Amino acid sequence: MSYTEEELKKELETKEYEYGFYTDIESETFPKGLNADIVRQISLKKGEPEWMTQWRLEAFEAWQKMEEPDWANVNYTKPNLQDISYYSAPKKKDQYKSLDEVDPELLETFNKLGISLEEQKKLAGVAVDIVMDSVSVATTFKETLAEKGIIFCSISEAIREHPELVKKYIGSVVPPKDNYYAGLNSAVFSDGSFCYIPKGVRCPMELSTYFRINQAGTGQFERTLVIADEKSYVSYLEGCTAPSRDENQLHAAVVELIALDEAEIKYSTVQNWYPGDSQGKGGVFNFVTKRGLCHTRSKISWTQVETGSAVTWKYPSCILKGDYSIGEFYSIAVTNNHQQADTGTKMIHLGKNTRSTIISKGISAGKSQNSYRGLVQISSRAKNARNFSQCDSLLMGNACGAHTFPYIEAKNNTAQIEHEATTSKIGEDQIFYCNQRGIDTEKAIALIVNGFSKEVLNKLPMEFAVEAQKLLEISLEGSVG
Amino acid sequence: MLTIENLHAQVEGKPILKGIDLDIKPGEVHAIMGPNGSGKSTLSSVVAGNEDYEITEGKMLLKGQDLAELSAEERAHAGIFLSFQYPVEIPGVSVTNFIKTAINANRKAKGLEDYPAGELLKKIREKAKLLDIESKFLSRSLNEGFSGGEKKRNEIFQMAMLEPALAILDETDSGLDIDALKIVANGVNKLRNKDNAILVITHYQRLLDYIVPDFVHVLFDGKIVKSGTKELAFELEEKGYDWIKELA
Repeated sequence: MSYTEEELKKELETKEYEYGFYTDIESETFPKGLNADIVRQISLKKGEPEWMTQWRLEAFEAWQKMEEPDWANVNYTKPNLQDISYYSAPKKKDQYKSLDEVDPELLETFNKLGISLEEQKKLAGVAVDIVMDSVSVATTFKETLAEKGIIFCSISEAIREHPELVKKYIGSVVPPKDNYYAGLNSAVFSDGSFCYIPKGVRCPMELSTYFRINQAGTGQFERTLVIADEKSYVSYLEGCTAPSRDENQLHAAVVELIALDEAEIKYSTVQNWYPGDSQGKGGVFNFVTKRGLCHTRSKISWTQVETGSAVTWKYPSCILKGDYSIGEFYSIAVTNNHQQADTGTKMIHLGKNTRSTIISKGISAGKSQNSYRGLVQISSRAKNARNFSQCDSLLMGNACGAHTFPYIEAKNNTAQIEHEATTSKIGEDQIFYCNQRGIDTEKAIALIVNGFSKEVLNKLPMEFAVEAQKLLEISLEGSVG
Repeated sequence: MLTIENLHAQVEGKPILKGIDLDIKPGEVHAIMGPNGSGKSTLSSVVAGNEDYEITEGKMLLKGQDLAELSAEERAHAGIFLSFQYPVEIPGVSVTNFIKTAINANRKAKGLEDYPAGELLKKIREKAKLLDIESKFLSRSLNEGFSGGEKKRNEIFQMAMLEPALAILDETDSGLDIDALKIVANGVNKLRNKDNAILVITHYQRLLDYIVPDFVHVLFDGKIVKSGTKELAFELEEKGYDWIKELA
């Protein structure tokens, strides 16, 4: 069968969220609402030192004076922040030493996601720090990493065990006053990951964290801090799924990366939070601040595959402070049904001979809106800075939208900036060609979309790329027939 | 193999095919010739299951099975292959990846496991050699930036890989220089056997020098107005299509 635009569109709209289930685990949850006392309670609950409590309180005070931004190309009902519970932890004893101690229901959840710990443990070269409802419940491969002096733990643990590192770097790239949601995160972040790679060490495995929102009505405020000391290298993977929920869930994470001289950080994300149903009801609000600071001759590479969330507002950025530093951004953003995504990057060239590359692939289906928003800024001091940007959009059907907002500010006339953009549509002739070769329409769309996204998929670590391809298929296919 | 009875088809309400009868047996090569606009490409699209065309009358049977009940991919699974006149580009999807996906989709439809990667690679190499295709070519994006000759060679490469029961070659000679034409025709000839059948659709007699048909049919204004052996093709070449119009 060949498909008309209309049929194709309908089909794409009828895709249900595959990971929509809910794990029933006893949790300890704070009453809804936010005030200074709640901030203090969170800090106390996590056994934080006084300086951290003060840091949070200052952030809270600053945040109260801030306003929610509305410049993004998205429409939504602002979440009521007083109607959210700011802490929820699985009610469990201390850290698990082996899988036997882990709640079987939790393991079942991971099994449903196809990322069971058993599998993960077997997957040589991948250490997993799983964040479930705000608190790390399992950590593997820690000892192997420790031999190299690598610290990979929850941010709460880092605050307790490595206060000197946390104190020095937290908020140094994304200050609490940076923006509304970063401010909120700084005040109430519940947990997240911390990673430190010592001087000259090449991290022998991909560091992987799976995030998951699990408790109805609890917003999640993850905080991630990755520090790559001089001449070190780390590849960090972050992947997420969430169960179906009727009410909107807020997610406002902050990720800070610091690449010291000649260090390299590769940060890959696969995001698949609940996007809402086909009517646009429910879904996660994803308002994230991700930013990396590059020192001399260092490199930060962001790769993201964004398929989930009802509203996404996310700009993983690089501040190229050091001379000869490199920033990269590779992105695939898929929107379907009523999803809205306003995503892109900022490349701030401060140092001389700095280089940046931006490859953005937007795929829109259903009634969704997909915007690329990017800033390339060349400061007056950044001699011989270079940027290359490429933004491609793929449209399916006639009801969706693709938008590109590239901002370029060059204050140094030695800068070389290139920008390319294309927009295309999946053609019925392409689908028929595939059908004629025995490939059904679902598979044909997946094939075309994967081809379109290939440049970015190729940047992902192998095992992640496979998962990402699967996700693209899940996000765009409907049940045929 | 393929039986077509009194086939009528239209596109956007405009009748194109006005009563086609055709009977192709295993091991046979049939050629359909005709001037532009006579309905040649429509016939191939209709057999392959392109739903832009509406069948208003008549039927098509493949090995006795009514094609009307089958979608385009099901017809492919049943053994119909169409070498497109204008193969489409699929950026980012390599020739290898595409054929792998197609082969495994066909296997899945037959309840078979994926083709083992090692064997598939061996088969790809073997068939590529048959069509004088370099390994570098196999990693290029499907039809993107291909020359006319490369596109057609790739179509026949896919035919060689999929081993269809019935192959329809729609204007496979268009856009080919004589060397490319020989390679493509040679490839097709090596794929001929007593169990499969080939339907060659062409405007010119030239291709039929290399792919020699058992029967030639002349299509004009949606009907087959004359059938014969390969000599009919020479006659057409010599006299042009004008005298055919008088037959109609």
